Amino acid sequence: MDNPVKKVVFRGGGFAPVTRRWVGFIVFLVLLLAVEWGTRTGVISPLTLPKPSDVLQTFAELYSSGLLFQHLLPSLSRLAVGAALGASLGIGVGLLMGLFSFIRAGLVPLVAAIFPIPKIALLPLFVIWFGIDEGSKYALIAFGTFTPTVVATYAAVDNVDRTLIRMGQSFGLSWLSIVRKIVLPGAMPGILAGLRISLAIAIILLVAAEMLGAEYGIGAYILEAGSLYDLERLFAGVVILSVLGVLVSAVIGAIEKRVLNWRS
Amino acid sequence: MELRLRGVGHSYGARAVLRGIDIDIPAGQIVCIVGPSGCGKSTLLRMMGGLEEPDLGEVLQVGQAPEDCLNPLTYIFQDFALLPWRTVAGNVSLVLEDHGVKGADARAMIEDVLKRTRLSDFADALPRQLSGGMKQRVAIARALVVNPAVMLMDEPLSALDSQTRELLMDDLISLWTRTPFTAVYVTHNLAEAVRLGHRIVVLSRRPGEVREVVTLEKPLEARAYGDADLEVQQKHLWELMRAEAAAADAELIGG
Ligand SMILES: Nc1ncnc2c1ncn2[C@@H]1O[C@H](COP(=O)(O)OP(=O)(O)O)[C@@H](O)[C@H]1O
Ligand SMILES: [Mg+2]
Repeated sequence: MDNPVKKVVFRGGGFAPVTRRWVGFIVFLVLLLAVEWGTRTGVISPLTLPKPSDVLQTFAELYSSGLLFQHLLPSLSRLAVGAALGASLGIGVGLLMGLFSFIRAGLVPLVAAIFPIPKIALLPLFVIWFGIDEGSKYALIAFGTFTPTVVATYAAVDNVDRTLIRMGQSFGLSWLSIVRKIVLPGAMPGILAGLRISLAIAIILLVAAEMLGAEYGIGAYILEAGSLYDLERLFAGVVILSVLGVLVSAVIGAIEKRVLNWRS
Repeated sequence: MELRLRGVGHSYGARAVLRGIDIDIPAGQIVCIVGPSGCGKSTLLRMMGGLEEPDLGEVLQVGQAPEDCLNPLTYIFQDFALLPWRTVAGNVSLVLEDHGVKGADARAMIEDVLKRTRLSDFADALPRQLSGGMKQRVAIARALVVNPAVMLMDEPLSALDSQTRELLMDDLISLWTRTPFTAVYVTHNLAEAVRLGHRIVVLSRRPGEVREVVTLEKPLEARAYGDADLEVQQKHLWELMRAEAAAADAELIGG
């Protein structure tokens, strides 16, 4: 009797992340080209979307007139100061909550209560508290980055391998050493992942912060263009924010690569 | 330095885990503790190292730890407990830093201990680059560098495959024959117990009580894989444990 011989069918493919570098870029390009084609042929009416090439031209004008940096620099400094304040406070408070059960018990409900508040709604309040100038803008961005950073940090501290802490204690390491050499590095992946989200929120809040009392700034620029229905300028501003987002995420990616090179 | 356990008993809530444990850990010997899983071996070891307090009885330290001993009671864990963000040398240095050993002194001590554990070529490797057996050797190096008076090992070889386990047992034996150390070695593997133990304490199932203490006279360096007389001892231990293990296995978890 002849038994039929058959190759075993492969069925183990997919479900594994593979880096494909240029796919994201190509999707982006195809979308842009489609919009350009649509607006040129009239399939997309000029009231719906501006022509990408017009947006590019607006951007070039913005650059050559020197206005780009006049808007960009104040925004960047607001972003830097506000996010640095919010993130460092957030990491500090998150660590305390992760390390001390009393502080955690006291603050978890408070954080849960302030997390869902749309911070934009508090802008008038911040104007009263911190002044219409830079103060209120820093405060809004800082407050917005603070809560997600706190939550990410104390969750990251919780996730530190307890056996490593036990190990530290069993070798007689001091409390401070355990925090500095075991808890902090162990929580670093979670903290950085949290920062990714917090900094994106900071960029979102930048526009809100510049709603009141800002002559210059990317947010102010976008809001002004929006109120005039100047879609080219609106989109030029939006593109700047997107690029900012991509840059921030790239910076965090680079930090992760350096600081977390022990993972992989 | 010796350890002496007197009437140690412990419960977690309503669950009695250990009862009336009397054990002596004489200096310069390896005492193996065997028993069915869940009988309280790890708990007992945590108490010996001061990571947990017994409800009843006491754990006594007899005599002074030697002068150059940085951490008298030192653990080796089953899952290695290496910091993944530190290199091999960095993991060893971690436990020196807090005892004020720094600079050239620390470097010399680390170099020496890595040589003794045959890890010199891997000083700059990260844990993720090492095999399980190598990781455990790093953990052994980290324990040796503080000159412990008593080493407390909780199933140090259980996460390794059987070939690696044999190799590491040989390593431990040669480390001990060069400089005898005091150790408590918890295991559920009877072959490890008869290879490494000068004395083997057999615990009953939970609540753990001492069933029997077996003393092996044959010197460590004379014992080898598959020795007939060790097989006999191992068989005797297995007969002691068999009923206990079967009963422990049939218990409901969390019951
Ligand atoms: N921290 C703890 N809280 C509650 N129960 C525990 C704790 N640690 C261990 N136990 C229980 O005590 C018993 C003995 O545990 P353990 O000492 O780990 O046993 P072994 O190491 O011999 O397997 C087990 O039933 C376990 O569930
Ligand atoms: Mg155990």
